Amino acid sequence: MLTFNTLVGVCLLYVIMLFVVAFVADKRARRSKVRFLTSPMIYTLSLSVYCTAWTFYGAVGNAARSGLEYVTIYLGPTLVMIGWWWFLRKLVRVGRSQRVTSIADLVSSRYGKSNLLGVLVTLIAVIGTTPYIALQLQSVTLSFAVFARDRSAGWVIPDLEQTAIWVAGGLALFTILFGTRNLDVNERHHGVVTAIAVEAVVKLVALMAVGIFVVWGIGGGAQGISAAMEQAIQAAPEGAWSLQGGRWVGLTFLSAAAFLTLPRMFQVLVVENVDERQLATASWAFPLYLFLMSLFVIPIAVVGLAILPKGENPDLFVLTLPLYFEQDGLAMLAFLGGFSSATSMVIVASIALATMVSNHIIMPIWLSTRLGVGASEYRDARQILLSARRLSIVGILALGYFYYRISGGGAALAAIGLISFAGVAQVLPAMAGGLFWRGASRSGAVAGLITGFAIWAYTLFLPSFGEAGVMSAAMLADGPWGIAALRPQALFGVDGLDPVVHALFWSLILNCAVFVLISLLSFPSPLERLQAAQFVNVLDHSGPTRGRSFNAATSEDLLVMAQQIMGSDQAQAWFQAQAEQQGKQGYLPDTTPDFIGRLERELSGLVGTATAHAMIAQILGGATVSVDDLLAVADETQQMLEQTSQMEAKQLELTTTARQLSEVNEKLTQLSIQKDAFLSQISHELRTPMTSIRAFSEILRDGGADDPEAAARHASIIHDESVRLTRLLDDLLDLSVLENGQVQLYPRREVVRDVLDRAIAATSSVIDQEKMHIHRNRSDEGIALYTDTDRLAQVFINLISNAAKYCDAKDKRLAIRVRQRGGRLQVDFVDNGSGVPLESQSMIFEKFSRLSDQAAAGGAGLGLAICREIMDKLDGSITYLPGQSGAAFRVTLPIGTHSPFGRTSSLGINHL
Amino acid sequence: MTRQVLVIEDEPNIAEAISFILSRDGWSVSTHASGTTAVQAVRDAKPDVLILDVMLPGKSGYDILQDLRSADDTRALPVLMLTARGQKTDRELAERLGVNRFMTKPFSNSEMLTNLRELVGG
Amino acid sequence: MRSPREPLFLARQSYRRRRIEDAARLLPLLGVVLFLLPLMVGGAIGSVRVAFVFSSWFFLILSAFVLARHLGRDAGQRPTGSQSAPDGPSDDPAGPR
Repeated sequence: MLTFNTLVGVCLLYVIMLFVVAFVADKRARRSKVRFLTSPMIYTLSLSVYCTAWTFYGAVGNAARSGLEYVTIYLGPTLVMIGWWWFLRKLVRVGRSQRVTSIADLVSSRYGKSNLLGVLVTLIAVIGTTPYIALQLQSVTLSFAVFARDRSAGWVIPDLEQTAIWVAGGLALFTILFGTRNLDVNERHHGVVTAIAVEAVVKLVALMAVGIFVVWGIGGGAQGISAAMEQAIQAAPEGAWSLQGGRWVGLTFLSAAAFLTLPRMFQVLVVENVDERQLATASWAFPLYLFLMSLFVIPIAVVGLAILPKGENPDLFVLTLPLYFEQDGLAMLAFLGGFSSATSMVIVASIALATMVSNHIIMPIWLSTRLGVGASEYRDARQILLSARRLSIVGILALGYFYYRISGGGAALAAIGLISFAGVAQVLPAMAGGLFWRGASRSGAVAGLITGFAIWAYTLFLPSFGEAGVMSAAMLADGPWGIAALRPQALFGVDGLDPVVHALFWSLILNCAVFVLISLLSFPSPLERLQAAQFVNVLDHSGPTRGRSFNAATSEDLLVMAQQIMGSDQAQAWFQAQAEQQGKQGYLPDTTPDFIGRLERELSGLVGTATAHAMIAQILGGATVSVDDLLAVADETQQMLEQTSQMEAKQLELTTTARQLSEVNEKLTQLSIQKDAFLSQISHELRTPMTSIRAFSEILRDGGADDPEAAARHASIIHDESVRLTRLLDDLLDLSVLENGQVQLYPRREVVRDVLDRAIAATSSVIDQEKMHIHRNRSDEGIALYTDTDRLAQVFINLISNAAKYCDAKDKRLAIRVRQRGGRLQVDFVDNGSGVPLESQSMIFEKFSRLSDQAAAGGAGLGLAICREIMDKLDGSITYLPGQSGAAFRVTLPIGTHSPFGRTSSLGINHL
Repeated sequence: MTRQVLVIEDEPNIAEAISFILSRDGWSVSTHASGTTAVQAVRDAKPDVLILDVMLPGKSGYDILQDLRSADDTRALPVLMLTARGQKTDRELAERLGVNRFMTKPFSNSEMLTNLRELVGG
Repeated sequence: MRSPREPLFLARQSYRRRRIEDAARLLPLLGVVLFLLPLMVGGAIGSVRVAFVFSSWFFLILSAFVLARHLGRDAGQRPTGSQSAPDGPSDDPAGPR
């Protein structure tokens, strides 16, 4: 016999188990054992936050009332998942490449990083989700109540509100503990996701166990179920089991839309996604999960209808059937299934909402209160952000709890599921439009969202409070001020539709219409257009493409670009003529400097010098902005210039736009100037040592110094300078080999401490000479690496000798800190000098970007460029850390697997 | 009387080479390595001829030349410019600023001597 | 003189892959059609239609499984999956992670 204490005890044990699972997963993640945690199966299971208590219990109730219709809630997501190749894949790619933290962030980022949109989507999400959280609290308390009623002899159910508040509090604690542990959104919430995956299994097992018990335990197998179903259809009210086309299509579409736009779904689908393989697996595995979740729903419903007394709430058949047959264990399992469904939804939803609220509402307000303070004042921002997240979680759960208290539970709340879906679905036009249509603009998105949201509130949300709520019965029946066309549930006289479908139809149709219309009419800012290009074309040019070297710059790329600007025929004819001059056939001449110069001139006539130069430099240099983006900008520059002459009226707007564009242009021009400077620098760096060599060798040739000591000194200068020349050539060669990727790596296992020891030993002469003190914490350095440690040591040597040479403190000190963060090794080199000035920080990794002309320091300015290339090859990175006590560099790289095999290919070895 | 020459060059080895060549030819040579204080050094040393590098720490040779040409006492000072960036544009700029001779590194010792002698009217 | 630009036919493998991508794009459309079919018959739902919905559902899952096995193999390695001709041995560290 189940007592209340057993029930609570099992519940507590279950929660403790979840804590342990989350804790262990988080710990593994921090020890970088993420292979299991990021497996496609965990990802698939985490998607099951879609199945809340509303679907766990409610599906059976729905099936008992209206037959097959309940599957629409699962069919929508199924269609979305199996159609991943053209929608989800793009969404996830954008999410990763733009570092998106939430659906509000996605929309805001797409439309020119507009915070207004972020706030708008956040508000819609909060309003749509809060009642949903209340619904979960209700389902947990209701399921407690079922046990209380059926076992009234044994125990009295304590106050239901008491239960709800305990549940809400526990969930807040769990979410804060595991949801706000780290801030970096790239470090995903492994603990939470794993716990959710466990809950997903519990849900599925529970529902299937009840199903199997019902079908083969009491229902008499498939035949019996079939009979019970016919009987249920006979007994049902007229038309209950017939499919209503509007609802069938409408609800399928609604669930598909909500699957993409619900904040919690976006969190698990996009934010927690690690790679595309997860998506590929989930594309079939998640529909399978949904399939299994719904397989036994009809049997449970029809058997419940046949066996249980009339008037029993069908929403709780999953619990009451096992209890009726005194299957306490099974009932317990079913209870845990429902409990899991409720808790997992609440946890993920509050994490997602808290991220949105803190990023789009709290932080902007906080920042605006400290306008005009220096960068150093933002040190506590991280702490503020964490506190904001935690407060938001508590706030959201409190909101859900009060909603539950105020609505008083009951049927009104049960209907909120679909209402909530329809509310968040309003984000779909802005989101889908933003991903597929470059013309979608910020004004359009804002107007569409507001329109859709307002209509949703008017036709569905407000009426859902019933007559006692905001809208009177008279208003519902006759419309406001007796205007029939404005009746909330029969807008413009459309009264043949189910209320949910009606609201969905009008809100989305008008949302889309306004969104498209305003987008067509408005004129987006350059930033918005750049973002639009990056979002819409994300599949064409994302991925790790950086540092295209000069040789690899194909004339094909140049031809593609020239065609866009000069027109296909003209460009092809011109290229062909150029190729012919070089004695080649076809359309693709060699990219000689001469050819490039001529092409640049040719293009300058059409797009202006700076742009043409920047475009070509871009293709040859290969920077982060893709060629396509450049084309888009350049293309539109021209159109804009034409418009200036035509429309004097728009002058002001255009001036601002032009200024923004010129900023973009300036940046591009700077890049190309760098390219020119590179050649000039090479010349300078080679000629300088050669000058000494030539001068002194001529002196020697002409008889040399009379003083033998001076003569010896002259010879040694010649020697030193030739060594310097050789070193420069070595560096250049090293760099070009690295840049062309023709480098062979020799990975092996070594402890970081040994690599650092070697690097310091190699630099001991310069360290001694400059009297620099090195601080290390050797106990932190015992991390074993599997990588090309000789190359890594080369990077370390560079950084250490740079610190020795350039640190301008009187008493030079260099701190080397080693850390391990999630599978990656971090080594920081921080000195106590004055650091690198802000304006130079972005340039120091470029070739020959020595800050001052301290030729005396001996290097050619290639060191950091080489370091960057090496780290690139080692799959890691080197960055400048601003805001430290002095110059600070961070080297990050994967620790690597221990196996000497299997890893090699991903280390980028070229098998030539 | 020995001729005075001032060498403004930040690469110590090159400065040493020039000093040696010129001293052996009978010049009185002084050197200076910084761009910032170069103009003052010219005023102090009052050389008969100046050898000026382009890439100098602090202030470029072009700027120094411009300053010299705009002051009365140094306007007529013969200047031989040395640069390692021997592009056409560099030479043109130097000529616009009023340089007397322009040589690209690496240079031939004898050519430099010839140039210098011509400059002081030897 | 024939331009060396335009390859007359793609390598067999990449041709196959593009057709699989086409299939992946079409699968949700097939799903929509299958799920609309039960509406074409009037009256109350019997076991037949329930069985139809569930079996077409299962068929879609199976198809998605087969397609995902082909698509997912490269999705993890090559982010674009575009039909660019193989550009020599790739030096990029494989794929996003």
